[in-house]
Amino acid sequence: MQVVIHISLKDGVLDPEGRAIGHSLASLGFDDANSVRVGKNITLDIDTDDASRAHQRAARMCEVLLANTVIEDYEIEVIEES
Amino acid sequence: MRVAVIVFPGSNCDRDMTVAIEHITGRRPQQVWHKETTLEPVDLAIIPGGFSFGDYLRCGALAARSPAMEAVQDHAARGGAVLGVCNGFQVLLETGMLPGVLVKNRDLRFVCRETSLKVEENNQSVFTSGLEAGEILRIPVAHNEGNYTADEATLSSLEENGQIALRYTDGAHIGPYNPNGAANDIAGITSANGRVMGMMPHPERAIGDGLALQDGRRFLAAAIEALAG
Repeated sequence: MQVVIHISLKDGVLDPEGRAIGHSLASLGFDDANSVRVGKNITLDIDTDDASRAHQRAARMCEVLLANTVIEDYEIEVIEES
Repeated sequence: MRVAVIVFPGSNCDRDMTVAIEHITGRRPQQVWHKETTLEPVDLAIIPGGFSFGDYLRCGALAARSPAMEAVQDHAARGGAVLGVCNGFQVLLETGMLPGVLVKNRDLRFVCRETSLKVEENNQSVFTSGLEAGEILRIPVAHNEGNYTADEATLSSLEENGQIALRYTDGAHIGPYNPNGAANDIAGITSANGRVMGMMPHPERAIGDGLALQDGRRFLAAAIEALAG
């Protein structure tokens, strides 16, 4: 099953990259853009047809490698085939 | 004195560290490829600087999960000494052998220059035991992610337990004394038992003998002497 993992910095963790992008947006006239934060998406295919198992495996991958839970949060999205 | 230097794809300070150690001990350290699952008995394992695995995912994250790092963790669990420099410090944090994390530099720039480091009076580690408390070392940094941070409880416990080994301090170099925004001016920390140390500055780039700075040699030689003693 296809899984998308969204990894973002925890609230309160300084995001200098997001801040720099925010400044750049403001200088381009997008001064209505606030609280810019940068994260990453990891997509992968997990070898199962069971959505809850796919979720569980992805969570394990996040804990072991994909996210540094000291500063990052993760969200897992399992794509159900239509 | 037996020393091992762990080598990952993308390590680039492994040879400098090997040369520095050989200058000090007269004995060439063994270089251990990241796929090795065991570590021959050594007195000190060093995780060198560089861009292991291209800094993919997070700096040090992939190297931290390599077979050789499992062997290094076994070595540390037996009380073996471990030193991580720059990317090596990032690797040690990613394994959880040391607490906290290194994030992007405050000014979003790669910083490559001399820094002044104060040896903390209350650090209880083998690495600083041969140095004068409060002495200043001039050693360069070269990194993009050297901004040490941890939650308040971790920072307090590092302070209280004497686990901060080196702090950035004023000196005759360009730029702000803290090059990266690190919390509490932290440049290097040690484990609770004082046998594992991570530091951003590069001692292997300050070993005299044609190089302008030599305090890195003083640091490494003092650590090696204390470990041998």
